[in-house]
Amino acid sequence: MAAANSLPVIDLHDVTKTYRTGTLTVQAVRGVTLQILPGEYVAIMGPSGSGKSTLMHILGCLDSLTTGSYALAGQDVSRMSDDDLADVRNRRIGFVFQQFNLLSSLPAWRNVELPLCYAGVRRDERRSRAVEALRRVGLGDRIMHRPGELSGGQQQRVAVARALVTDPALILADEPTGNLDSEAAADVLALFDELRQSGRTVVLITHEADVALRADRTVRLRDGRIELDRDQAGARS
Amino acid sequence: MSWLETLRTGLGAVLSHRLRSGLTMLGILIGIAAVILTVGFGEGAQAKVSGEINALGSNLLVVSPGSATASTGIRGGFGSASTLTEADATALASKTVAPDIAAVAPATQRSETLTAASTNWTTTVVGTSPDWLSVRARSVAEGRFLTPADENADAAVAVLGATTAQELFGLRDPVGQTVTVNGLPLTVVGVLNTVGASASSATTNLDDQAVVPITTVANRIFGGSSRTSVQSIYMEATSSATLSAAYQEATAELLRLHQVSAASADFTIQSQQSLLTTATSVDKTLTELLASIAAISLLVGGIGVMNIMLVSVTERVREIGLRKALGAKHRAIRRQFLVEASLLGLAGGILGAGLGLLGAALLPHLISNPITISPTATVGAIVVAIGIGIGFGVYPATRAARLAPIDALRGE
Repeated sequence: MAAANSLPVIDLHDVTKTYRTGTLTVQAVRGVTLQILPGEYVAIMGPSGSGKSTLMHILGCLDSLTTGSYALAGQDVSRMSDDDLADVRNRRIGFVFQQFNLLSSLPAWRNVELPLCYAGVRRDERRSRAVEALRRVGLGDRIMHRPGELSGGQQQRVAVARALVTDPALILADEPTGNLDSEAAADVLALFDELRQSGRTVVLITHEADVALRADRTVRLRDGRIELDRDQAGARS
Repeated sequence: MSWLETLRTGLGAVLSHRLRSGLTMLGILIGIAAVILTVGFGEGAQAKVSGEINALGSNLLVVSPGSATASTGIRGGFGSASTLTEADATALASKTVAPDIAAVAPATQRSETLTAASTNWTTTVVGTSPDWLSVRARSVAEGRFLTPADENADAAVAVLGATTAQELFGLRDPVGQTVTVNGLPLTVVGVLNTVGASASSATTNLDDQAVVPITTVANRIFGGSSRTSVQSIYMEATSSATLSAAYQEATAELLRLHQVSAASADFTIQSQQSLLTTATSVDKTLTELLASIAAISLLVGGIGVMNIMLVSVTERVREIGLRKALGAKHRAIRRQFLVEASLLGLAGGILGAGLGLLGAALLPHLISNPITISPTATVGAIVVAIGIGIGFGVYPATRAARLAPIDALRGE
């Protein structure tokens, strides 16, 4: 566990998000205040329509917030331009998606190096860092394989390697096991456990209780508000 | 993302949809090939015509009867009036009247049938003076040309063009032989060198004619009341620098002799340049028409690129979303799609130029017109093709760049 006085990775203060679709307004998030410290492994839970996807988009700097403020690793990102947000995503956040979102035409290492391309890293360094990240997720022997030649679990591990390669402050996983069979899911979750052991900050969005139980802390949403915020680190181990 | 990286990504995207990319390129390819060929065709035709006109002689001015600006406002049939006479030609030849005119040759011509023994051949009989040879920049291959003595004596002599001599006498030596025109036997005294004007020439074949002293033609062959009128007067200026001075002198002298004002001039003087302009203007118009049709096909090709790029953007919404989530900025996405579109344009342009050059090499064997391909036009066409790719790629690329990352990630 990180020191309690260190700067939070995520600092949300009274965040709301309202969508307007024609005349209809939908309040997806209605005042969420949340702090996540470095090294924490947090599961965000909630039934569909609870606003957890919207919250995930806000946490991932993929969407703007309507009111409130958001500081990511000490940097206020609530009023940033799109291009500045792209930089923040590139440097501070590693994404893992339910659909893997790998580019099927590129081999594993080219998928992993993609964030480094947008960071302007030199080609030889990109390759060595991508290979290193693939080794860390146990795919050191699959660097030239294309996504179609890999199993679902392996594809998701490539995605995790891609999230790790920039050495981000936050790993944000949106239903990472949603598309996997239970064996592959266990495999990927074991990988997240390892990341937590090495001191990474992981936020995992899920609707499966047993997945959430692997985390140190569960935040449950309902109707756009935090219903429950429970530290379960002791209970798990 | 560096340019090189973007180029590599774009190339990958183009190559991963080979059929689609190929079909898109085809539109540009055909357009570029069509533009190169039509422009080449036009330039070839102009080069041919100007070659023929330059073969008429150097520093040449041609006086024709009739005026382009008749005082009635009605354009008289060009060359139909017979207002020029041998006296005009004699006056223009005077060094005091027109010091910048080196030589003058009046000419009158008509199609006649020549008979040599049992062979008939219909050709153009040109009645002119000895200066014709230098004014028209011709030379004699064999025998001699007309002399002032021939002219003074209405001598029954003729100098034949190479083709005419060949047709009438075959392999026999024509010099000293006799040809009969309108019952008048003429002695062949010489044969002209060929000028190489092609048989398909729109003007008369310069190698197929019989040149006879103008006095002989007027008094002994054509006859009639208008025997002293001539159809044209060829003049050679002393140099290309004095061409316009020669033009002025000839105009002034003819106006004085004909006692008319410049506004109602009954003759027209044309330089080689103006002959060239007249002769090539039709070709030019045709070429411009064809080139604009080709340009339209290029435009259609460009729209094809835009269409495919829009499909590509729609199809790759997830990829765009992912790239944006991973840190691609607005301009990086825009650039990626612009590079893809311009690669399509470049490939279409190069292949189109290749097809155009191939066509330029093969087509002249099928049609009799030459095609001149200029390197500038070819490079220009390729540049235009890239420009079309970029121009028609801007809208799809901008659309791709504007996608919000969450909408893009969601879409499927």
